[in-house]
Amino acid sequence: MSTVYNLKREVEKPVRLTGGHRLCAGCGAGVVVAGVLRALDQEDRAVVVNATSCLEVSTFMYPYTAYTDSYIHLAFENAAAACSGVEAAYNALKRRSKVEGTVKFITFAGDGGTYDIGFQSLSGAMERGHDMVYVCYDNEAYMNTGIQRSSSTPLFARTTTTPIGSAGQGKKQNKKDLTEILVAHNIPYVAQTAPLGNFKDLHTKSYKAIYTEGPCFLNVLSPCPRGWDYPMAMLAEITKLAVDTCVWPLYEVEEGVWRLSYIPKKKLPVEDFLRPQGRFSHMFKKGNEWMLEAAQQYVDQKWERLLQHTGA
Amino acid sequence: MSKPLSGNEAVAYAMKQINPDVMGAFPITPSTEIPEYFAQYVADGEVNTEYVTVESEHSSMSVCIAAQAAGARSVSATSSCGLALMYELLYVAASCRLPITLACVNRALSGPININADHSDSMGARDSGWIQIYAENNQEAYDNFIMAMPIGEAPGVRLPVMTCMDGFITSHAVENIELLETDAVRKFIGEYNPDNYLLKKENPLAVGPYDVSPYYMEHKMLQAEAMKAAKVRILEVAAAFENISGRHYSLFEEYRMEDAQLALVLIGSSAGTAKAAVDKLREDGVKAGLIKIRIFRPFPGEELARALAGTRAVAVMDKSEGFSANGGPLFAETRSALYDLKERPYLINIVYGLGGRDIKVGDIEKVFDRLMDITVTGEIGPVYSHIGQRSKEDIV
Repeated sequence: MSTVYNLKREVEKPVRLTGGHRLCAGCGAGVVVAGVLRALDQEDRAVVVNATSCLEVSTFMYPYTAYTDSYIHLAFENAAAACSGVEAAYNALKRRSKVEGTVKFITFAGDGGTYDIGFQSLSGAMERGHDMVYVCYDNEAYMNTGIQRSSSTPLFARTTTTPIGSAGQGKKQNKKDLTEILVAHNIPYVAQTAPLGNFKDLHTKSYKAIYTEGPCFLNVLSPCPRGWDYPMAMLAEITKLAVDTCVWPLYEVEEGVWRLSYIPKKKLPVEDFLRPQGRFSHMFKKGNEWMLEAAQQYVDQKWERLLQHTGA
Repeated sequence: MSKPLSGNEAVAYAMKQINPDVMGAFPITPSTEIPEYFAQYVADGEVNTEYVTVESEHSSMSVCIAAQAAGARSVSATSSCGLALMYELLYVAASCRLPITLACVNRALSGPININADHSDSMGARDSGWIQIYAENNQEAYDNFIMAMPIGEAPGVRLPVMTCMDGFITSHAVENIELLETDAVRKFIGEYNPDNYLLKKENPLAVGPYDVSPYYMEHKMLQAEAMKAAKVRILEVAAAFENISGRHYSLFEEYRMEDAQLALVLIGSSAGTAKAAVDKLREDGVKAGLIKIRIFRPFPGEELARALAGTRAVAVMDKSEGFSANGGPLFAETRSALYDLKERPYLINIVYGLGGRDIKVGDIEKVFDRLMDITVTGEIGPVYSHIGQRSKEDIV
């Protein structure tokens, strides 16, 4: 492939996630999955592995699959192990001359299936070193079951298990930093990205992850209009705000070398990201200014640390 | 070729002869030796299996399912809590119609934690859609593992197979057993060439859908039909196996049942003890017999009813507690199977051998004594009871 990214050329490739699936309008997941799969070289085959999730129930409802590639879903908590199994089969059958051509292995799971219930399976697969890509489409809560908190849900966010009431102000804990945990696995490639603008960042990182030998991990922010409570037409804007406020920094760690992918020209205040989302509306009530301050302070700390890591 | 092998080594040896494509490996007592032996075969280049050392039994079964769906023949081994951790995936394996082979070395389930033999682990998985084949001894453990793939992979079946043997009693005790030549095993097993699989170039495949109400029931019906078809296939494979080994297998073994009036029904290694008791009683003129269940899934209900039709009293011996307050799982199946007989024998349930509690020839004789009393008095007494436990007074 040409090393210069060209959106027009990319979108002219045959789609690998076809239309007609049942994901919500304004959902990030479909855009993320289509974007990652677009990075495959056209002649290469893939096996897509999926954890139980919104994505799974929306894209493979019997008897219709939205994928042009082979696809497998087994359960919620084992997508990485399932991908290990497909890759193991490929190695065994290759050795015995029973499979032809190049096949790539790409796993998609939500944050529930990745940060929480599928965490052990993911860690095991990464440590074993399977040649696979694991993509977390992170929408920051259990959306498929109706918006319950996960360890990826940010501080103060309202979910159905962290509701707002006289004694409750949303989630009490900060978001787990899964990307850094994956960096600590010392795998060849870890990146944080988002479906942004012309999708160059998502595309470039997906390509690297797919075509770097060994286990690679992508954490992709994937806004959810139902769970985050924003107007569905705002998907691109919300994503952009997450990046420009440094709530979701874009970076990659390649063979242990940290690199920042994007520094906002003007780092926007966190409340610009929080304000359009219903899940944070209580933070803007009078007397809750401390919540906005706490959120800002946390983002600033994380951003400073990332600048140090990347030497930016 | 005759060789002294433990049950675990016998199964590992069968695996080596088969040379499967993928093995999911995770240790748990008492099945740990199986992946250990196999790791050495891999290290010595005796097999070229993709040996995946996963971080849990849950991932082990996940690897096996996905690998089998991808077109590979996959195997694993586990026990007790390891099997319990797989439970969710056992159902997924069966519903995806993937003929994985799993060696289950039977061990009591926690809690309390206990490492010794009983059948609570595999009995908990009895309704997961897996074929279950139980061995009495090391020879059967070896033979059953070799028969598993031709059964599970048959086009009309396509179901996963669990071969079970008793932890320690069978898995660790060494017996002299007859081994087949590797060429004969490979010829018997054949190549695994599924019609559809994930890595097939010509035709991509999607596995594991969200299955909605208009389809789910039909899929479950197909699975149920496959389990019925398995019974016929098991007998076909047994006949083919007899041709190459000279060893005869069926759905269950009938021991001195021709004219038996008193009979036991049980599973696994205790059959050896029970056979000794039957022989002793026969010497005393008691018409005693034994049925050792080999195939628990699919359950050979009609055949069992026919075999027990001429008896007067039967004790079903369960090596697992079902906590139904109404008897163990083998009892429930057997009693249900006998319901259609015009003249039914008296039927009692004895739960024994939990967590490795020993059962002796004398204990079995006591069970026969009870059956004798029942036939003489016509009084059945407690239908469901336990044997081999200390009395309440004994427990300090």
